[in-house]
Amino acid sequence: MNNLDISYTRYLDPEGQVTTELPAFAQEQSKLIELYRRMTLARRYDGKLTAMQRSGRIPSYAPELGEEAVRVGYATAMKKEDVLLGTYRDTAAMLVRGVTIDEDLMFWGGDERGNVFAGPSEDFPLTTPIATQTTQAVGVAYAFKLRDEKRVAVTTIGDGGSSKGDFYEAMNFAGAWHVPVVFIIINNQWAISMPRERQSAAKTLAQKGLAVGIPGEQVDGNDVIAVCDVVSRALENARSGGGPTVVEAITYRLTDHSTADDASRYRDPDVVSAHWKNEPLIRLRTYLSESQAWTKDDEENLITTIDQEIEDGIAKYEAQEDLPPEAMFDHMFAELPMDLKDQREAVLAEFSKSEENGYG
Amino acid sequence: MAELTMVSAVCQALGRALKDDKDVVLLGEDVGVNGGVFRATEGLQEIYGADRVIDTPLAEAGIGGVTVGMAAAGLKPVAEFQFMGFIYSAFDQIISHVARLRNRTRGRLSCPLVIRAPYGGGIHGPEHHSESTEAIFAHIPGLRVVIPSSPLRAYGLLLAAIRNPDPVMFLEPKRVYRTVKQEVPDDGEALPLDLCFVLREGGDVTLVSWGAAVAETLAAAETLSGMGIEAEVIDVATLTPLDMPTILSSVEKTGRCVIVHEAPYTGGFGAEIAARLAEKGLLHLLSPVLRVTGYDTVIPYAKNEHRYLVSENRIIDAVRRAVAFPEEP
Repeated sequence: MNNLDISYTRYLDPEGQVTTELPAFAQEQSKLIELYRRMTLARRYDGKLTAMQRSGRIPSYAPELGEEAVRVGYATAMKKEDVLLGTYRDTAAMLVRGVTIDEDLMFWGGDERGNVFAGPSEDFPLTTPIATQTTQAVGVAYAFKLRDEKRVAVTTIGDGGSSKGDFYEAMNFAGAWHVPVVFIIINNQWAISMPRERQSAAKTLAQKGLAVGIPGEQVDGNDVIAVCDVVSRALENARSGGGPTVVEAITYRLTDHSTADDASRYRDPDVVSAHWKNEPLIRLRTYLSESQAWTKDDEENLITTIDQEIEDGIAKYEAQEDLPPEAMFDHMFAELPMDLKDQREAVLAEFSKSEENGYG
Repeated sequence: MAELTMVSAVCQALGRALKDDKDVVLLGEDVGVNGGVFRATEGLQEIYGADRVIDTPLAEAGIGGVTVGMAAAGLKPVAEFQFMGFIYSAFDQIISHVARLRNRTRGRLSCPLVIRAPYGGGIHGPEHHSESTEAIFAHIPGLRVVIPSSPLRAYGLLLAAIRNPDPVMFLEPKRVYRTVKQEVPDDGEALPLDLCFVLREGGDVTLVSWGAAVAETLAAAETLSGMGIEAEVIDVATLTPLDMPTILSSVEKTGRCVIVHEAPYTGGFGAEIAARLAEKGLLHLLSPVLRVTGYDTVIPYAKNEHRYLVSENRIIDAVRRAVAFPEEP
């Protein structure tokens, strides 16, 4: 590789003005409206989940406020048969991939059935241990290559996660094995309280790919058209045998790391406020409005429809029966070993006792 | 039929699995062209190709992760970690993902993989090449921990591990990789997992062991027989899930139990067996359950490691104490 420069792609600036001629897919307004609908669903659902945590209806949540374009963009670029291995902050992408709201709510609500999605049945569940999904993605991609399947594994990681050795190992394996995988670094500038500039002395995170011989590029992560375009190209390159790519999508975490975090402890609210003018929905809405493709009525109708969809999902989620106590044994192994049967019986016995037989 | 060492039996089982199932792949450092540093994969890349007998970059966390991905995507990977002392880089994958993927997806995804690692001391290896940390893995719900102690059991148990739909930690006691030869027919017959093997019958004491220490345990049983003490010898083989009924029924017969393992004393897997005997077999016991184990020290470097390893004499001493109890032998 001769060129060590890292390219940066953007089509729409924060004011919704076109900076470069739009890619072919973005010439169709219906496609842009669908991207806008997906980002709006992500935004409304994110707000709802945060509110549900505050009111005690789910125990925790990792919000995505301000980062909708990255997830909607890359997930829209993926084909159904591709496989996603995300972090714990990829809910918006999962919705695009076909995970339903009630399925997703089960995960955040504390029920393993939330990882049993009917739609993308080979996608991995959201992953909490940082960067471990990236090496797994290389293994998935290896299986695709071995079986000569035209599929791609897509894995995401944060700016903080890109510091982990696992991520380096994943990129290095991917390069050495030339497998169809796309690494997307979602650089939201913050790893809980650690800002990007103190995370690494590297000028860009995308350039980490160059060290292992695979291309890296940056994209404006708040421009959904750019994300979709850059990731689509990386996917097609991988699908046609061109090997892996590292894409660094630059966005900004507009809220707390998680519902257990208070970002006001470590960052200046005025700086955060300034970033609101860059957020991804405004620019696409502005562009669509100025192109006479979107009206105030359209906006109101969309929000009404989406909010109803979310409420329907919540109702379906809350109507589910909890798993019975012995369910913890159901999937430890394909078949429950003899040695665990006694423990399962003990759980059944404990919870079948009526309360008056207990000691407490 | 040629007689095989344990490491050759491992190689024969791997070859058989590659031949029988196109989804089986081997991966690890130096497993391809070089045939593995112990030659456990010798000649397999030539037959099955570099796509299925895969040399990996030198990165154990990465090996752990790609193995999970391969397994979840429908392959049956068998990963070699060159020495147990180098497996710790992959703990995040083994503990957080290998052991949990089936459970956390309620069976939607699974990890039908085998992680092989030569383990234990006694070959004068450099630092970090000699430990026995099987109890760490045995503590993790969702992992099967399988340890062969002979060429025949290496072949049969490894085939069973590869065919099992769940992950198996297959720990190979490298001290006995080449000490014993047996006829091992390449008949594709697996041995049962989750069951102990009773290697010798006897009515006076039950000796429970696994891995390389089975050799000293069997030798001690022969010597004890000459002293008029008949020992029953059990090779646990699958540490978890544990076949306690076999151990318990033996101890119900003998009334005495000595547990022998190379790993350190405190928190060793012998403690689990002893605790279960106390819970379930107390009234059959004629003497305290004793353990003959490694010490709670770092295993010494090459010059002194033989003083750490469990000896036949220490086993005999423990059995004599058990038989004489409550008197001194």
